[in-house]
Amino acid sequence: MSVWARHAVLEKNSIFLVIGILIVIAIGGLVEIVPLFYLKSTIEKVDGVRPYTPLELAGRNIYVREGCYNCHSQMIRPLRDEVERYGHYSLAAESMYDRPFQWGSKRTGPDLARVGGKYSDEWHRDHLRAPKSVVPGTVMPAYPWLEQTELAYARIADDLKVHAALGVPYTGEMIENAAADVRVQATTDHPDAESLAKRYSKAQARDFDGDPRRITEADALIAYLQLLGTQVNFKLYDDKANIR
Amino acid sequence: MNQAARSKSMTIGEGGTAAAFAILAFLSLIIAAKAYTAEYAFHAYLFAAGSIAAVFAIIDRYYSRPAQTPLTIDGKPNYNMGPVKFATAIAMFWGIAGFTIGLWAALELAFPVLNFDLPWISFGRLRPLHTSAVIFAFGGNVLLATSFYVVQRTSRARLAGDIAPWFVVLGYNFFIVIAGTGYLLGITQSKEYAEPEWYADLWLTVVWVVYFLVYLGTIMRRTEPHIYVANWFYLAFIVTIAVLHLGNNAAIPVSLFSPKSYIVWSGVQDAMVQWWYGHNAVGFFLTAGFLGIMYYFIPKRANRPVYSYRLSIIHFWALVFLYIWAGPHHLHYTALPDWAQTLGMTFSIMLWMPSWGGMINGIMTLSGAWDKLRTDPVLRMLVVSVAFYGMSTFEGPMMSVKVVNSLSHYTDWTIGHVHSGALGWVGYVSFGAMYCLVPWLWNRERLYSDKLVNWHFWISTIGIVLYITAMWVSGILQGLMWRAYTSLGFLEYSFIETVEAMHPFYVIRAMGGALFVIGALLMAYNLWKTVNEPAAVRVALAPAE
Amino acid sequence: MTDSSYRALAEFAQTWGLVYFFGVFVLVLVYALWPSRQKKFDEAARMPLRED
Repeated sequence: MSVWARHAVLEKNSIFLVIGILIVIAIGGLVEIVPLFYLKSTIEKVDGVRPYTPLELAGRNIYVREGCYNCHSQMIRPLRDEVERYGHYSLAAESMYDRPFQWGSKRTGPDLARVGGKYSDEWHRDHLRAPKSVVPGTVMPAYPWLEQTELAYARIADDLKVHAALGVPYTGEMIENAAADVRVQATTDHPDAESLAKRYSKAQARDFDGDPRRITEADALIAYLQLLGTQVNFKLYDDKANIR
Repeated sequence: MNQAARSKSMTIGEGGTAAAFAILAFLSLIIAAKAYTAEYAFHAYLFAAGSIAAVFAIIDRYYSRPAQTPLTIDGKPNYNMGPVKFATAIAMFWGIAGFTIGLWAALELAFPVLNFDLPWISFGRLRPLHTSAVIFAFGGNVLLATSFYVVQRTSRARLAGDIAPWFVVLGYNFFIVIAGTGYLLGITQSKEYAEPEWYADLWLTVVWVVYFLVYLGTIMRRTEPHIYVANWFYLAFIVTIAVLHLGNNAAIPVSLFSPKSYIVWSGVQDAMVQWWYGHNAVGFFLTAGFLGIMYYFIPKRANRPVYSYRLSIIHFWALVFLYIWAGPHHLHYTALPDWAQTLGMTFSIMLWMPSWGGMINGIMTLSGAWDKLRTDPVLRMLVVSVAFYGMSTFEGPMMSVKVVNSLSHYTDWTIGHVHSGALGWVGYVSFGAMYCLVPWLWNRERLYSDKLVNWHFWISTIGIVLYITAMWVSGILQGLMWRAYTSLGFLEYSFIETVEAMHPFYVIRAMGGALFVIGALLMAYNLWKTVNEPAAVRVALAPAE
Repeated sequence: MTDSSYRALAEFAQTWGLVYFFGVFVLVLVYALWPSRQKKFDEAARMPLRED
């Protein structure tokens, strides 16, 4: 059979066409994706990045639910103005436990990769309730329902279990105490604060939404926002060790 | 009567599908009863109601259908145009819905008070509703309608499957309803253009596999020796979207009774998989599929063969091969390793060539018949769509160059770029195809009014120009403001100053969007009249007779 | 996979991969431009116009 006759088969035979398409589209995807899982250099070695506490994870899920990524990125690029505006450029390691990643693609609002610790809890409360009250020129919608809605966290251990199954280092102890840890972290000076801090290093525990009577979605979201970008100590981080 | 009833029996397909739906209805009711959230219970009830309706529809259809559907009548293929009609009509509906939601979202950015402090319509939930409604609901139904039409006509064969084609169009639209209501209720994965949660994804997978089988089955039935090139593009679209959908939505649900799932990829890998999906949703959904439309409808409407069939073959393989690599250009300067960014940029630039090859092929099909552009507004719409395709596939590779991207990324420039492709290319090629399809499908001699098509064309063209230019200016302005320094070496503008500077452009953009919506309403009226007032069409024809 | 074996693989892909892709591209070109196929393609291009 000549080469040309074989090409005629390809053209006439729909199955071959489908297989041809599959092969052609597989190449690019495989070459770009597979090495990311094998190359150790993909994710830098850094100290300090730990899995989310149950409260932070619940807060992150609210961030995901409300579609915050539509306007806020979480990825500081190594460009002079961005580093000066937002802080050290983002590392891959900082989002290694992010499911899904929330790097975003649009900055209608500012980048949030290092928003943690930049503003007080009170500021976040006011800002979520009525953004214009603290930033008059903003176009951000108000989220008054967050501080009015009690956080549904009774089954938060299930969420940790799924993460553990996917390789996130949540221990049995963490899963067991998940719901309790939510309460501990959302309370100022809770007697069990120490055991929470032991499980999750440097976990900030306090009443984030300023309403000690209940744990709301605002508690969770603010806990998450206050954590963002604070885990790596960049005074100790060696840029040059991780040139890729 | 008895004889007729005896001579037909329920097919395995009918019985099996009805049984499967009965089981799904039962399962859905159990899930609804035990669902962790009210929103998820609502979706489970929708699944139950849809399944029960499907069972009744299958039984009802069984009693009313003839014993045997002939594949040919008088030697001509007995085309199955019911599902095509349905998808065409509902595409018009979703189009207007999606454009209007987009307009509302644009107005929210200009006048945030329009969020009304309500969760369901706050921008973060509305924007995915807009993108999904226009891409998947409008674009998806246009692709279903045209692909089922083109594959039948160019294969000279009836659509494969009996209830399968109906399952595809109805099942797909059910997915749209689940996805859309989910966003409003806060059920989302927050992965751009892949927001629906795990159960909607599973449902879409089933629908998509059946779509693929119907399409391939019809090609296999063909009485033509050659597979026409439009079908190559449709097939690449169907196959690749299946692969992308599965890869990007690999997730583990927290529980059968919870709408929440977690994606198996994390962080940087998730980013790469997401944009491998995201960019190829553009490449294979919004490009390859609609190129299938171009390769059939432009030659058909101009009554001339495509400019170069050979070019179309090269166009096809080059496009399919190159597109899949381009994803990382969405991740320039991020924590994605540099080698992947460089690959993405290189292939994006190379992509310019097949894109323009396709554009030349589409536009040059008119060579020798340019006068038709003056007399046929539908053809003009189709050809201008290809011109927009050329424009945005020039802009795209340019924006994928890292230096350009450092300015354009995260700004409205990207939004403007997307819309020059979405409104100009996808929108116009879809409108053109629908203006062709409706008279063909409903056996009308012509459209109700060519004049209205003309109005539609010019109003929406002005809308597109307003939209794109506003976004170019606001995007570049914002990018420059972010990196502006004072003479003392400080950042010149706070972030909020750059937000405030966007306001006038957001207003202009909304005006452009409003014009686009008005154009679509004219179109809907025109198509409605074409179908429902055939008398008017005859009257309009009378003087020429 | 270690980084060094990856590097070897990458080097192979970046040299021979290029040659291979170029070869495939030439094959597609030859197939599409082969003179004797002209008639067939002309016929195929007329398919949408020949409908009943």
